[in-house]
Amino acid sequence: MASTDHTAHRGGAWGWITSTDHKKIGILYGVSAIMFFLVGGVEALLIRTQLALPNGDVLSADAYNQLFTMHATTMVFLVVMPAAAAFTNYFLPILLGARDVAFPRLNALSYWIFFFGGMFLTISFFVGGAPDGGWFGYAPLSTQVSEVVRMDYWALGLLILGLASVLSAVNFITTVFTMRAPGMTLMRMPVFAWMAFVVAFLLLFSLPIVTVGLFQVFLDRNLGTLFFQAAGGGDPVLWQHLFWLFGHPEVYVLILPAMGIVSEVLPVFSRKPLFGRSFVIFSGIAIGFMGFGVWAHHMFTSGLGPVAEAAFALTTMFIAVPTGVKIFNWLGTIWGGSIRFKTPMLFSLGFIAMFVIGGLSGVTHSIVPADTQQHDTYYVVAHFHYVLFGGAIFGLFAGVYYWWPKITGRLLHEGWGKLHFWTMLIGFNLTFAPMHILGLAGMPRRTYRYPKGLGFEFWNFVATVGSYLIAVSILVFLWNWWRSRRHGEVAGNDPWDGRTLEWTIPSPPPHYNFATVPTVHSEDSFWHDKYREDEAGIAVPVAAAPTTLDTAAEEDIHMPSPSYYPALSGFGMFIALIGFVYLPVGLVAVAAGLMVTMWGLFGWAMEPLTREPHE
Amino acid sequence: MSAVTHTDPAEHGAHPPLPHVRKVAMWAFLGSECLFFGTLISTFLLYRNRTGDGPTAAEIFDIPFTSISSFILLMSSLTMVLAHYASERKDWRRMRVWLLATALLGMTFLAGQVFEFTEFVHEGLTVTTSPFGSAFFVMTSFHGAHVAVGVILLLATAFMSFGGKLRADGGMNVELVALYWHFVDIVWIVIFTVVYLLQV
Repeated sequence: MASTDHTAHRGGAWGWITSTDHKKIGILYGVSAIMFFLVGGVEALLIRTQLALPNGDVLSADAYNQLFTMHATTMVFLVVMPAAAAFTNYFLPILLGARDVAFPRLNALSYWIFFFGGMFLTISFFVGGAPDGGWFGYAPLSTQVSEVVRMDYWALGLLILGLASVLSAVNFITTVFTMRAPGMTLMRMPVFAWMAFVVAFLLLFSLPIVTVGLFQVFLDRNLGTLFFQAAGGGDPVLWQHLFWLFGHPEVYVLILPAMGIVSEVLPVFSRKPLFGRSFVIFSGIAIGFMGFGVWAHHMFTSGLGPVAEAAFALTTMFIAVPTGVKIFNWLGTIWGGSIRFKTPMLFSLGFIAMFVIGGLSGVTHSIVPADTQQHDTYYVVAHFHYVLFGGAIFGLFAGVYYWWPKITGRLLHEGWGKLHFWTMLIGFNLTFAPMHILGLAGMPRRTYRYPKGLGFEFWNFVATVGSYLIAVSILVFLWNWWRSRRHGEVAGNDPWDGRTLEWTIPSPPPHYNFATVPTVHSEDSFWHDKYREDEAGIAVPVAAAPTTLDTAAEEDIHMPSPSYYPALSGFGMFIALIGFVYLPVGLVAVAAGLMVTMWGLFGWAMEPLTREPHE
Repeated sequence: MSAVTHTDPAEHGAHPPLPHVRKVAMWAFLGSECLFFGTLISTFLLYRNRTGDGPTAAEIFDIPFTSISSFILLMSSLTMVLAHYASERKDWRRMRVWLLATALLGMTFLAGQVFEFTEFVHEGLTVTTSPFGSAFFVMTSFHGAHVAVGVILLLATAFMSFGGKLRADGGMNVELVALYWHFVDIVWIVIFTVVYLLQV
């Protein structure tokens, strides 16, 4: 154990803060995402409690505005994105047969910027109120009232979270291009790795657009520029374009990782290869490209003119094609398989069913006249919760149950897991299916109360009951997590009879992942090591099953050393951000924060990647 | 890019050569930057005629002056190439000279921009005058900030070369800085053409 263990295994808080191990950073992302999921969930429950009865008086209009804005911002930027980042961090290198990402310290920096960015957004509740202009911050809602700093928190928070995501995207793209194991060609990469790769490109090209927009909002508020000030000749619709040019690719940033997870889970629990594997991959790439060409369907009521509306209606219908391709491929994967209904499989099937509903209501939005009616009603709320909760969250929970044994070494309990799934599925549909009806009946979103006698009472009450049931399902999950720490069944290397490289190594994996870097000969290589097909095409175990235990000497593996500079740089940015909110007094904090950031970055540049062992 | 799209089986499990990896990352980052400046320039094009009561582009731009400062920035790409060439030959002394020359040209460009901004403010164009003013100043300031970051990178590289760190990396850091610097130059060519020349 000469060079490997002297620092990398350091435990305690300091070990986590300074870690450059992609697995530890992945766990940090995951734990943060669950923490913010609870915050965003409580916000949602407060909203539903307010709306349970007509003329609700649980919340003031002001509190309601803050809660719906922060619920969306939290769930999108602080839950689904980091949860996907958690899986990507933890499993992308392992799936590629690598020992780490291309830039371990940059990876740590991404996490710490994300963490401090999330904290920055959340503390706004305690210093004069959280952002209240909606998660897409339409001007003039986001640009007016410059004496109240709420939307400054929003603009700066999203800016810094965007920076974290761009850095991760650069890191993951470089990892895929340069870190694959011998024989791991691009088309042999597992589908989850492919989807993470597409997501990285989506982030790389969409975030700079909204970054410019957010700067413009911030400058309109603080410097008096006229970008979105209609009275001064600016154009508020420009903001909508900039936001949705980012915002629509962002939708695929949220859903593609879940699609990747489901594409990993279904073959394992159907004991069949993914049907039309390359088609699934190319559909993901097609979605990535087309995702940049549909943004204006969010703006059909802003007066684009008939030509633009027709064009975007068509692209919106077209983008359903690659998505539909995937659905059929997943069904083809299950078809004729020997299916095991374990919890990850249930969540994957739930994903497909719920995502189809959300996808179909999405296609209805491409019909411009219908969309004009549905715009800003609960029908839209129902649609995007079916794709983002029924889709992304269900897919991510499939990943949680699927990869939990690899990460912790212990299985989550199947019984509690199934209870979690069914309560969540029922609660989810009780909450969001009625919103279709409410929306078509004309109930507008973002209004904090509704009067009696409009026919909204019954379904609102049902939705609130459903949301409490979702809360119960989350408690079941947390209990399952808690009890598995001690009582979970020990997983072993390969609890699911898996197909990809992560199941060849111990659970939890050693910090260097692979003692010997694997050589890959085919897609689903681990499966082909374990099984071969007989004449009838039935998989039979290979007589001498390969040993999965990976026990080569560890001496010569050089892993990146821990470093506190990434966390320090992230902290400096946090201080600077707070300063930017309270200009001009805050300039002191801005200067101090930037100095800390520079200290971190220069210390980083001077620090060698792998320190020589002091032995 | 074909060199980066396959894995070399000869390197059994070792971390691939760091310079190569960094170059891929730099290209990815510059791809992102293209969209960043593309958005800024698009905003400007939308607002180019929305001058309100303030001066218009034709009234305020001083093309001969900006041509000279553009020329200075373009020449800095030449000195950057010479610095890179020197670092490839491990001629550290000459590399430092060209790096400092590049930084100096960059700073001259920045000084020209400061002068230009001051002139415009005197003639009545500020960020708050009109959407044209807002878009112009924010776009060119972001470009100027990129030049400033480039100058810091150039000076830091020259400084680090004294400590011998560059030698170990085979001059790779110089190539990365060069990629960034040329990119910032190219962005200026677009801005100078689209924002200055086509508007007067």
